[in-house]
Amino acid sequence: MLDTLAITGRLCIEKLAGFGRATFVLLHALLVWPQPGNSIPLIVKQLYSVGVKSLLIIVVSGLFIGMVLGLQGYTILVDFASEDAVGQMVALSLVRELAPVVTALLFAGRAGSALTAEIGLMKATEQLASLEMIGVDPLRRIVAPRLWAGFISMPLLSMIFAIVGIYGGAVVSIDWLGVYSGSFWSVMQSSVDFYDDVLNGVIKSLVFGFVITWIAVYQGLESVPTSEGISQATTRTVVYSSLMVLALDFVLTALMFGNI
Amino acid sequence: MSVSDNVIQISHLKFNRGERCIFKNINLSIPKGKITAIMGPSGTGKTTLLKMIGGQLTPDSGKVIVQGTDVHSLARAELFSLRKNMGMLFQSGALFSDMSVFENVAFPLQVNTDLSVELIRDVVLLKLQAVGLRGATSLMPSELSGGMARRVALARAIALDPQIVMYDEPFAGQDPIGMGVLVTLIKKLNQSLGHTSVIVSHDIQETLSIADYICILADGEVIAQGSASEIRESSSQKVQQFIHGYPDGPVPFHYPSVALMDELTG
Repeated sequence: MLDTLAITGRLCIEKLAGFGRATFVLLHALLVWPQPGNSIPLIVKQLYSVGVKSLLIIVVSGLFIGMVLGLQGYTILVDFASEDAVGQMVALSLVRELAPVVTALLFAGRAGSALTAEIGLMKATEQLASLEMIGVDPLRRIVAPRLWAGFISMPLLSMIFAIVGIYGGAVVSIDWLGVYSGSFWSVMQSSVDFYDDVLNGVIKSLVFGFVITWIAVYQGLESVPTSEGISQATTRTVVYSSLMVLALDFVLTALMFGNI
Repeated sequence: MSVSDNVIQISHLKFNRGERCIFKNINLSIPKGKITAIMGPSGTGKTTLLKMIGGQLTPDSGKVIVQGTDVHSLARAELFSLRKNMGMLFQSGALFSDMSVFENVAFPLQVNTDLSVELIRDVVLLKLQAVGLRGATSLMPSELSGGMARRVALARAIALDPQIVMYDEPFAGQDPIGMGVLVTLIKKLNQSLGHTSVIVSHDIQETLSIADYICILADGEVIAQGSASEIRESSSQKVQQFIHGYPDGPVPFHYPSVALMDELTG
């Protein structure tokens, strides 16, 4: 009994200490930006690495998910002679839920794991220690630009996902299934609210981007500097990020749309 | 030797890693402008000691005074400032993999000085000339051999003309030519730049040939210190086993276990 208590207590202390270190990393990175002349080029470089290089997987996934939504939506709605509302269904599903959530899951797999592996390898090859000995703070030089790049690129990727998805839904619904294009777009326009739907979707993606990037850089910094340690840290990034995204999505959806 | 002649003063240093005691009580002085070697069997905490001098690890108790400053009492920003006076050659070289040789050596100058681009270029070329790699400026770290990478790392470590240069296993994994080049370079650089050199190594002959002062660590303590000839003449069995490489002795060949016969017969 006492042993169980001791083990539980030790685990709690370790988790709290880890959370404290993660918070220190986050605050340090948030407080040092912007730093004119130095940080901006570093952030731009990371935006390319984290954001631009994730574009292909986001665009392709968005296109196919939009097409599937169009197809499924038409199949269901046509039974009720409401196939004109397929545009509304595609747009609301994407903007409110699928774009932020699926983009976040893809982002965790593509960019989050890459961030963890990169920082973990820098630790294993003593590049972080080397920076420290040169008199450069790795939190400022390595972590901060990556955190900011993640925060900035995730909402943009989510918006691109939604736009491409809507296009995919339109191609299937209008061009293949023969839904009247006027009603497809006008029903969508009248039913999608900028503040309630679009803005809430962007807020979700901001929160997801924040959490994924935070987890990714922290796992990289805390990884055991061996090949096995980096592999485990990368896995933890994807698992923790995905679970956090799904849990936070429920919380945010309840807060944003719970009273509807 | 007076205290003021010592650029690094370590006193009553204790450090545990988990359950394992790394340092029981280390007292050590590193004289200014000399080459000091810290030697000892693997796992005795030589690299850990370098990390404590650089403030990358904090001891459980005891002090590390570098140039009159207690390293572990400094705030984060002050510590980074102090490190600008230190250069460190890591065992792996630790070159930045996304930068060329030139950019690696230029990096400390770019982030820590206000020198013009032209002046930085000149300094980098001079440092690379000193290590014999001026022709390799455009190569990436992945294109360098192990010995070349370590020489580039050495050029980077001395880019800011630090007052203290620490070498972590500089000769490990080097072929005889590479080893000879590094031994000569460390000696020449120490003489020409006048900095204090601290070498962590267990390559006996190479290290004894250039070190002015040697300190041997074992079992969490300093078991011997002095000049190369004093170390060679030491009466300590542990020191003799270490410098002659005897497979068995005070440091046992076998990891502690029950007697073989007991284990075989159950």
